[in-house]
Amino acid sequence: MKNTDSYKELLEIIGPYLPEDIDPGTVDKNSHLINELNINSAHLVDIVLDLEDRYDILLEDEDMQKMQTVGDALEIIGLKTSGKNG
Amino acid sequence: MKRRVVITGMGICAPNAVGLPSFRQAMFQGKSGLRHLPELEALGFRCQVGGVPEITNSILNDYFNKLDLRDLLSTGLIYGTIAGLEAWQHAGLPLADAENPQWDSGIIFGTSILGVDKFRESILKIDEGNVRRLGSTTVPQTMASGISAFLAGKIGCGNQVSSNSSACSTGTEAILMAFERIHNGLADRMLAGSCSDSGPYVWGGFDAMRVVPSTYNQQPERASRPMAESAAGFVPSSGAGALVLESLESALKRKAHIHAEVLGGAVNCGGQRGGGTMTASNGKAVQRCITEALRNTGLKGEDIDSINGHLTATSRDAEEVFNWSQALGRSGADFPLINSFKDVLGHGLSASGSMECVAALLQFEARQVIGNRNAADLHPEISKLIDPSRVPVENTPASPKIIAKASLGFGDVNTCVIFKRYD
Repeated sequence: MKNTDSYKELLEIIGPYLPEDIDPGTVDKNSHLINELNINSAHLVDIVLDLEDRYDILLEDEDMQKMQTVGDALEIIGLKTSGKNG
Repeated sequence: MKRRVVITGMGICAPNAVGLPSFRQAMFQGKSGLRHLPELEALGFRCQVGGVPEITNSILNDYFNKLDLRDLLSTGLIYGTIAGLEAWQHAGLPLADAENPQWDSGIIFGTSILGVDKFRESILKIDEGNVRRLGSTTVPQTMASGISAFLAGKIGCGNQVSSNSSACSTGTEAILMAFERIHNGLADRMLAGSCSDSGPYVWGGFDAMRVVPSTYNQQPERASRPMAESAAGFVPSSGAGALVLESLESALKRKAHIHAEVLGGAVNCGGQRGGGTMTASNGKAVQRCITEALRNTGLKGEDIDSINGHLTATSRDAEEVFNWSQALGRSGADFPLINSFKDVLGHGLSASGSMECVAALLQFEARQVIGNRNAADLHPEISKLIDPSRVPVENTPASPKIIAKASLGFGDVNTCVIFKRYD
């Protein structure tokens, strides 16, 4: 259940950065942020800042490099937030 | 073969109106865009009057998508985009498709400094040790060419896309640069214009130089008084103006409405010699700029029907009128009708030339020359040179065929452009 919620939250964060010709309904965990969702690579920086704000975490350069797909992003957020709580 | 160049679109984001229809109304009604700004009073500015376009959320949503609007603090970019895209739409021109730029369409859209408020936000973050939080739009909102680049992306221009910068001469210079590109066959159409940010960080330097009025803070509409004896300095302002310039051939081919023809003009610099300085004009250079504009367009002084001057409402207005008089070889009652729009627009700095060119061009179709709202007490040095009737204080029925427009800037730079009514 928690996983579904964070997936929904992530889509809300990514949503504004999707080009107009991408239907948000087609996004899934395997979607590649740049190659498939056509998110401008410069905007990945803004998505990272939005994620930091939402989850009160700090994402390093290597986290951003690993963040290729929607699923990758979820995993990184999961790790960072569990580390924080732990 | 040199090509004729016409104007097929106009756009405006001015302190007294945003959008061409309301701007036309505002200019002919003499509606002032100058207001007392409490922010300037709180900061202890000498001049607490300024000109800021009123941008509603509805206007923003017409021109920007949600992503564009995130952390958008660059007011010059906002004004320039509104004016530029309005001009493009007004010309009836399309946006490029997703794959193919419009190779024959370009942009010259100038500014002095862009995105000062964005820059301030960035400076504060950097000084807190927080550079990583700047986000991706800090650079495009603060680079001088940010405005031409942003417009190029919206329209899909594939020709030259650049931003010129020559202080208060910028807007008029952009029009001439765009003209030359089409005239020489290097582009079919060019979006030309300029913008200027608003606010204390842009205007502070001028306030410190004491070239602004301090005695009209409670009478904002009277503060800017070009050519008046009571002129006390220029009122800082902001905004953007834009024109679509197009080869006559292209305009006729697509049956576009033609608003006027650009005959050409001239640019020069007084070299900060002969009385010219960083902040003052070399009078000989101003005269030379005007005479070169005449020569380049095959006109004589007697052909000019109306002048829209630079005329900022400082003590130098009389010198400018003298320079026009010398360059055209006309004086007294023989002098053309002359006006300045800075009475209602303030001095829009890098945006002034383009905003004023839009207003000047509206006079062709209206068959009226717009009055000088605050010049009833004409400066005696000016009335010695030209008959007071040549400085109308009310709109004056006239059918100017040729309008000359000059803009002069810090650095001792000058631009003069000549427009002709298109019949």
